[in-house]
Amino acid sequence: MKLIPACAEDKDLISRLEADAGTNVNLCYQCGKCSAGCPAAFAMDYPPRQIIRLLQLGMVKPALQAESIWICATCETCSTRCPRGVDIASLMDALRREALRQGQTDKKVAAFNQAFLSCVKLFGRTYEAGILLQHNLKTGQPFKDAQYGLPMMKRGKVSVLPTRINNRDEIKKIFERAQELGGE
Amino acid sequence: MKLAYYPGCSLEGSGIEYGMSMERTAEILGIELIELDDWNCCGATSGHSTDKLLSLALPARNLAIAEEIGLPMLAPCAACYSRHRATEHTVKHDEKMRETIAHVIDKDIKGTSETLSILDVLANHIGVDKIAEKVTKPLLGMKAVCYYGCLLVRPEEYTGFDDPEDPQTMDVVLKALGAEALDWAYKTECCGASLLTSRPEVGNTMLYEVLRNAREVGAECIVTACPLCGMNLDMRQGAAEKVGNTKFGLPVYYITELLALAAGESRQAVGIDRHFVEAGSYLDDVEKRAAEIKAELEAKAQAKEAAASVEKDIDPEARQKKVDAMIKAFEKNPDKMAKRLIDDEERAAVLLEIISGDSKKAVRLAELMVDNSEKASKAADAFVTAELKKRDK
Repeated sequence: MKLIPACAEDKDLISRLEADAGTNVNLCYQCGKCSAGCPAAFAMDYPPRQIIRLLQLGMVKPALQAESIWICATCETCSTRCPRGVDIASLMDALRREALRQGQTDKKVAAFNQAFLSCVKLFGRTYEAGILLQHNLKTGQPFKDAQYGLPMMKRGKVSVLPTRINNRDEIKKIFERAQELGGE
Repeated sequence: MKLAYYPGCSLEGSGIEYGMSMERTAEILGIELIELDDWNCCGATSGHSTDKLLSLALPARNLAIAEEIGLPMLAPCAACYSRHRATEHTVKHDEKMRETIAHVIDKDIKGTSETLSILDVLANHIGVDKIAEKVTKPLLGMKAVCYYGCLLVRPEEYTGFDDPEDPQTMDVVLKALGAEALDWAYKTECCGASLLTSRPEVGNTMLYEVLRNAREVGAECIVTACPLCGMNLDMRQGAAEKVGNTKFGLPVYYITELLALAAGESRQAVGIDRHFVEAGSYLDDVEKRAAEIKAELEAKAQAKEAAASVEKDIDPEARQKKVDAMIKAFEKNPDKMAKRLIDDEERAAVLLEIISGDSKKAVRLAELMVDNSEKASKAADAFVTAELKKRDK
């Protein structure tokens, strides 16, 4: 087996991710408290501690390809408990955004997020029925959660038509300017 | 109290009963809510998972509107609260980012706003004493767990009004309503709501664990202050039951629903009929229990009062007669009286000497024997102890 150093490019990217997340992965001494408290760790390929370890070792690609970053529910337990003050949740966010930039998403969570934000961009508000429909069509599962549709309507919990705000133009411009300045 | 109000999308949709009961709660507690004009969605989890700047700009537009109103802003939804607090934190501590955000929203934003959660408002701004004053139908006998979820108390640097591991604000409010708030381990565990559309197999397992722990500690219902937790625990409880092949049947209430009900509001007005897990019959049970507990407490109080009044109502003349008779008994048979007061023969003999030589002490003991024989024995014993000490010297 031949051992090679992590390439400079990967190290640059990790530094950018740390800056974006406002945290430093080298503070981590691998105690594992984040993984122990993570309520979603049972479903992850790399628990939070291992994601940090990958980044410490300069292995950014497997971190970006990990299922874990899309299973993270952003509940902030890891960041709250870290004895070294590493903001792991914020790092997960930064990894998701970078994976999205590189087109390496899990398809499901990213599709939901896109459906959600496109409704906000259009109406200025969330439109639950529209988000679900769009998500289901994009992920090829048209009848997912359909059993909840009618009961929700009966309870006045979902409207057929979206609620729109008046200054939708302002919202559209916020999306455009954020994108111009380096977002998605 | 006057507050700017940001209901958020959920309180008009999937969390409609939270919105309804929030308005009732405000009215009951005399809080005037001024809804932000033309507010927009905060972007929630999808926002910060996708675009950092956008995730700050969407709440910032609302905060700019709130700054114009010049009042603290109540955001009942935990996700909205979290996003607005995070944005406030950035605007206050990162001048460069504040300028960028102001450019993106094309509005001035100074960082003067303050977003509040409903738990902070109830426990810290209104206070449990004032809440307790409004309770006309206490929820006596209700056994509940308070579920805070993830975003109300985390991260501490943005939120900071309660402990991130063992928060208490909802517990104290619930107790003020008369209910029992049980201790449990999943107070701030994530229910997985953000994953339920995209990764239901993961989300349902997380949800199952929360429900399981609630049942394990003996909870009969769950109380929440987040519309995402609320919908998840309520609407998807059936799906979570399938994970463990079990039946929970735990009704899920918003803290505002319970507050309004305890203050006498009708169930319909707070949306109890809009729940997925049937939530009315447990309230019937609680009403029955409350009536029983109230009756029991009243009976106890009455018995206590009656006992007190018997003592008070003793006719002073009749008492004096008894005391006189007792004094006579002391004069006639001091040895017998001494033995009645003290079992120990030697000490009784000492007492006999004391009462024979000091009529004041004999009268005092006679009075005490009429009023309270136990006290009389104690006093007699004390006389003997003092006398023996004196003799030792």
